[in-house]
Amino acid sequence: MATRRDFIKLMGITGGGLVIGIPAMAQGAELSASGVEGQSLIANAFIQIRPDNSVHFYQPRSEMGQGINTGLTTLVAEELELAPEVIEIHHVGADSAYENPGYNIQVTGGSSSMYYHYLPIRQAAAQARELIRLAAVQQLKTSADQLTMRQGMIWHNDLGYPYGQFASGAQNLELDFEPELKKPEKFSLIGRDRPRLDGIAKSTGTAEFGVDIELPDLHHAVLVRCPVFGGTVKSYEAKESLLMPGVTDVVAIEHGVAVVAEHYWQAKKAAQKLSAEWDLPELANYSGEDVENALRAGLQEKGKEAHSDGDRDAALANSVQEIQAEYYAPYLAHATMEPMSCTARIDNGHCDIWLGSQSPGIAAGIASIYSGCDKDNVTVHSTFLGGGFGRRSGNDYVAEAVAIAKASNKTVKMIWSREDDTKHDYYRPASAVRMSAGLDQAGKISQWEVKRSGPNVMPYLIDESADAMMSGIIPNAAADWLSKLGHGLFKKFIVDSASVEGLFEDYEFPYKQVSHVTVDPGLRTGYWRSVGHSQNGFFKESFMDEAAHASGQDAVEFRLAHCGQDTQLHRVIQTAANAAGWGKAPAGRFHGIAAHRSFETAMAEVAEISITNNKITVHKVFCAVDCGLVINPDIVRAQVESGIIFALSAALYGEINLDKGAVRESNFHDYPVVRLPESPQIEVHIIDSQEAPTGIGEPAVPPLAPAVANAVFAATGQRLRRLPLSLETAS
Amino acid sequence: MIEFQLNGERVSIDVPADTPLLWVVRDSFKLKGSKFGCGAGLCGACTMHMDGIAIRTCVLPVGAVEGKSITTIEGLGTPDNMHPLQQKWVEYSVPQCGYCQSGQLMSASALLANKPKPTDDDIDAAMAGNICRCGTYPRIRAAIHSAAKDISAGVQYFEPAATTGGSNGDSA
Repeated sequence: MATRRDFIKLMGITGGGLVIGIPAMAQGAELSASGVEGQSLIANAFIQIRPDNSVHFYQPRSEMGQGINTGLTTLVAEELELAPEVIEIHHVGADSAYENPGYNIQVTGGSSSMYYHYLPIRQAAAQARELIRLAAVQQLKTSADQLTMRQGMIWHNDLGYPYGQFASGAQNLELDFEPELKKPEKFSLIGRDRPRLDGIAKSTGTAEFGVDIELPDLHHAVLVRCPVFGGTVKSYEAKESLLMPGVTDVVAIEHGVAVVAEHYWQAKKAAQKLSAEWDLPELANYSGEDVENALRAGLQEKGKEAHSDGDRDAALANSVQEIQAEYYAPYLAHATMEPMSCTARIDNGHCDIWLGSQSPGIAAGIASIYSGCDKDNVTVHSTFLGGGFGRRSGNDYVAEAVAIAKASNKTVKMIWSREDDTKHDYYRPASAVRMSAGLDQAGKISQWEVKRSGPNVMPYLIDESADAMMSGIIPNAAADWLSKLGHGLFKKFIVDSASVEGLFEDYEFPYKQVSHVTVDPGLRTGYWRSVGHSQNGFFKESFMDEAAHASGQDAVEFRLAHCGQDTQLHRVIQTAANAAGWGKAPAGRFHGIAAHRSFETAMAEVAEISITNNKITVHKVFCAVDCGLVINPDIVRAQVESGIIFALSAALYGEINLDKGAVRESNFHDYPVVRLPESPQIEVHIIDSQEAPTGIGEPAVPPLAPAVANAVFAATGQRLRRLPLSLETAS
Repeated sequence: MIEFQLNGERVSIDVPADTPLLWVVRDSFKLKGSKFGCGAGLCGACTMHMDGIAIRTCVLPVGAVEGKSITTIEGLGTPDNMHPLQQKWVEYSVPQCGYCQSGQLMSASALLANKPKPTDDDIDAAMAGNICRCGTYPRIRAAIHSAAKDISAGVQYFEPAATTGGSNGDSA
């Protein structure tokens, strides 16, 4: 089975465990240190302390709302013995020093940032701390045990000296020992609530996003794309557009025709006058229910085995009751609040791009390919991301902006419309599954079998990223061949683990088996907050509820009976059920529970709902989470709230449909999302833990839809097996 | 030439009258705090005040603001001199990605200016037009209630700054 990390292996890049060595230097960080009086301490690629006493953190992960700016800066402040608020945080460009140690590419995703940086970032800060201490010992002519460090000062004989005073001296020193990390009992920041560090900027309109970039001679581009993914320009007529005020260029690129103008609104209006004809791909044959029918038909085929564990014959022999059901989840868009945008400038063999990206390293590779500039001559200027959820790990908007800048010979900012964003996403794959289970005499599950039919994500990722990642490693032609190979590989030989993750792992069953059938209409897919877990959690937890009901058992007791006593899952189920007052829902309200592990974190949610005129209202969600050691409990609560509300939009409304291959939905009127009045009360219970921190950006998503669906069953006796949940269309 | 007040300053601009106010403020006056989200008045990221009323400026032709008074997030408060709601936003760690929050704050501040003690229903009605994909709604509600409580307890209510941000725009 292929995991996301297998992608790296597939690409031939050697993977590895956690990086212990701290990268010494990075291009962007080095440049930023210049222009300061005296010598700065550049402790490593992450930490600088300057003679003016400013402390700088080159924060390696993209900040898209998940709070990693605050989280990782808290680690730095803890080890450096100062307040996180005094640290100047820098978004970083593309540099191997800032790769995610879990993936060995520079990507922010997989709820991995705290998991993979908890130790390395503390080590980087501890290194800076010890270099400053060593310089202080020398300059103050004393010994280390006569010094203390607190509040950003070195204290000696009751006198405080700012760190900056030792920066120049420290830069010429080297440590001949591995700096010790602070002991947990000495933590003064880790584990405590503290307001987000980007709160002021984001509450005063001063935080800079990709769409906000201003440059000299900046032009604006609006791209008219082929409405069907994968289509190319056959011909176009731009005469009228070129006559419109402010328009300087109309240029054709691979998948569309761009209008370039002095102002955005001029480009937007001129683009409406453009007409184009397209060469359409096979996807253009899909409309209406074709996708769902094709995926459900796929369930009739023999699948490729993705997982198998236990003795099937023995399990079948013990089974006295069989249940089976088919489920379906549609394609979904991400709908980040900031539509895609990227600014590109190509000048004298150098390409600069400005954007918010979850994968700046791949963005640099793509900019290199489309600009013709060497990868060393590409500079990525990172901003805050106006939402990510996986969308900004795709780099189509980088390719477009750079191609337009090259073709028009202008510095261009390309801004997508909401319609562009809804219709040209990397969609969560649609999925059909057949779930079957056998129950034994005691009412426990003896065998659990799942077949999944649908498209995968990995081939699209390979298509886009292989060239970018390989440039400079293998010749372009070979990378191109490899990228074309992606779809065939996953059709015939490999199961993309993202397609089946979450269908089988959580509970103990004597026999488990998962098989997979690839059916891909050809709509581009991508990572959508919690990836495979997002729909597979719905399938697994709804079917667990069916099994509990079939065996006449309580849904909470039934789940507890299928996970070990001393497991994370057991604890969160118990905690959420207790918090909700399981079995005692208020009059007119109904409870449903679901639990799911993803990204090493266990999560259980109880939804409290009511139903009026077939309309589902979610009043309250009680949640228990075990994500290991918590850096900032308030940010953990915020991410759980966020995941639940994001998942509620998908559970109640989310659906992307095709019309002759083109996405039918366009804006928030026909791709609705949850608004404030429908937002439930959310109660978050964090399990106390000293284990290493695990994921928190995504794990709240998977249990929500099944918790609501199971509550609907409790209320009505109707089992909703298709997303989005609807009592009106339920059969 | 269209004239109006922008964050307390008289400004004039020579652009086609059908240009949405949002793009005039962002591209001509270079105030980037107000955001583009949907271009159809559906998400509220572009919300500003026109004569104290919260409006969606991605669909409001600049011709319609002749002689009116426009306030943007930059005019509501600054990092050094925040509106009480902005202070609550920081205290409650409301923003996540932050992209929608200028619009949320403009809707919330228009609400409090008219209803200093809003009920949950008032908040529902005033904030329903502002989408947040990060799901900061529970904190938005809590922060508005907390600001209202401070105001009713006599914490001095803030007057939008009259001097920040405005300048003559270039001509398109």
